[in-house]
Amino acid sequence: MFAYTIRRLSMLIPVLLGMALIVFSLIHAIPGNPAQILLGQQASPEAVAALTKEMGLDQPLYIQFVEYLKSLVTGDLGDSLRTRSPITEEVWPYLAATIELALFAMVIAVFIGVNAGILSAWFQNSWFDYLLMVAALIGVSMPIFWLGLMEQYIFSIKLDLLPTTGRDNIRDPVTAITHLYLLDTLMQGRFDQFIEVIRHLILPGVALATIPMAIIARITRSSMLEVMRSDYIRTARAKGMGMLKVVYKHSLRNAFIPILTIIGLQMGLLLGGAILTETIFGWPGIGNYIYGAIQFRDYPVIQSGILIVAAIFVCINLIVDLLYAAIDPRIKYR
Amino acid sequence: MVTPVLDVKKLKTSFFTDDGLLTVVNEVSFHINAGEVLGIVGESGCGKSVTSLSVMGLVPALTSKVEGEILYKGENLAQASEKRMRQVRGNEIAMIFQEPMTSLNPLFTIGSQLMEAIRLHNKKLSKKEAKQQAVTMLKKVGLPRADELINEYPHQLSGGMRQRVMIAMAMICNPQILIADEPTTALDVTIQAQILELMKKLNEETDTAILMITHDLGVVAEICQRVVVMYAGKVVEEGTVESIFKKPSHPYTKGLIQSVPDMRQKKERLFSIPGNVPKPGSLPIGCQFAPRCSYAHEKCLKETPYLKALSIEQKVRCWLYEDEKESIV
Repeated sequence: MFAYTIRRLSMLIPVLLGMALIVFSLIHAIPGNPAQILLGQQASPEAVAALTKEMGLDQPLYIQFVEYLKSLVTGDLGDSLRTRSPITEEVWPYLAATIELALFAMVIAVFIGVNAGILSAWFQNSWFDYLLMVAALIGVSMPIFWLGLMEQYIFSIKLDLLPTTGRDNIRDPVTAITHLYLLDTLMQGRFDQFIEVIRHLILPGVALATIPMAIIARITRSSMLEVMRSDYIRTARAKGMGMLKVVYKHSLRNAFIPILTIIGLQMGLLLGGAILTETIFGWPGIGNYIYGAIQFRDYPVIQSGILIVAAIFVCINLIVDLLYAAIDPRIKYR
Repeated sequence: MVTPVLDVKKLKTSFFTDDGLLTVVNEVSFHINAGEVLGIVGESGCGKSVTSLSVMGLVPALTSKVEGEILYKGENLAQASEKRMRQVRGNEIAMIFQEPMTSLNPLFTIGSQLMEAIRLHNKKLSKKEAKQQAVTMLKKVGLPRADELINEYPHQLSGGMRQRVMIAMAMICNPQILIADEPTTALDVTIQAQILELMKKLNEETDTAILMITHDLGVVAEICQRVVVMYAGKVVEEGTVESIFKKPSHPYTKGLIQSVPDMRQKKERLFSIPGNVPKPGSLPIGCQFAPRCSYAHEKCLKETPYLKALSIEQKVRCWLYEDEKESIV
């Protein structure tokens, strides 16, 4: 298991190398001199020449790539063109905001999705089952930006229950320690702020959770149906076990491998692709960060953002693979 | 006279299907005395397994209907609550199944599945004591290195070993009745003999009655004292093993016994009963075996025969014996 983990981690290297190559080519695929583009059409030739030298753009491409890799290895993602500060220092608050939102959404999606799937399987072919599955179908095909706007319209504007945007109350901002606000407020013992952060998480969290929730419910249903028909479930019942325990202990664990796969994939998507939701809800996350960078043609930030999202995706897949073995003793990694 | 530990009276199990109500088990009656081994024999599809699942209350409640009486020590389990049935299952009536390869949960260790069986019915027992009992029980069913085995997973065991684990799990609460649904069918012949030997031994040692469901007359001859022969959801013959083997009365029983290969005779082809078991829902009128029966006459095709006692030990459902007086053998 340990050796497998190490080996899987080492497989990260070629993946990241590939990603680095792609984002590196990105900036060089732009026609013309990047320095010129970065400085704009009005820049003087001297300034362009100076920046070209500063960025190492006068060097051959392979040397530039090696230089880029070198800086990556030392944890240097370059500087943002917009803010002039190192991206490595700048990115964490955004990343933390996204991680917090994605985890919050995923907890909702898993809790409701799995239980809905179980109920649906239990009452298979009843009106309840049909109702849940139609709801899941609607959930899967829901345009998230529309759902987000509707949520804001109903729950913020009409009912005035929840805040529309942001992570915290701007009149009483959270003092950041880890930038994971739920953790920060707890660490400071500010339960009033903790509640406030939760209130800010609900609307974007529900919007983000909708699609994963629906997919998880459908997968759980089919997986549970298969497991509940199996011989060992009959054995468990013949032992005198109650249905609740049969479902949650003996069936769910067996049904969980496909569910886990979906959770992993969806988690990757939530962390990387929540740009729309983050924009609508003014959520200062990585999606918003990259979106801003794109508007500003802040290439180093775009590069780094893509690289970080890719790395997260790969890491989540690794975690999912390791969890398989934890769930099913028949899965052995060599 | 001994009161039977299980007395099934006119058990009728039907399933709701798209084609209406299908009766799979039709007014089946039998009883088991304490410590007795009763065989239920019949072809696949004749309702043996559904009978056993009905006794356990394990037929799907939403899509089926169980009528009649299932008297366990005088208590009617057909009317019992689900809560009461949970206490009965595993603790008083335990069950083992045909497929040892898939009947154990692949994700839990042997030990945890055994301990779970104990602790479901004996909540006061500590984990340590339960573990102790599990090890003892594994040794009792003849499994080597029981101490290590309890930490292993089902996939690390062979089919024969898994069936022994299943038996250990069923016997661990000292049930009054063990229902064995084709316990040897999925095993190879030498293992079959071992498993039967083990069940025989446990039956003698513990006074647990066994309801052996099988299509294999060899198994019946080996282990049972009495037999119930089922055909198309009905009991067609009932008697002691001796009487059934020496003097099979129902043409179906005769056919079953004839189709057992005989080592002493060289035959070109093995005897087989022509035709197939009729499907529930399309049962013929009159005697259900009549279309396949070489003795069938007119009455058989019109009227349903009743279960007639030929002697104290033997009953048969066949018009051939209509006029015969009850003879005491």
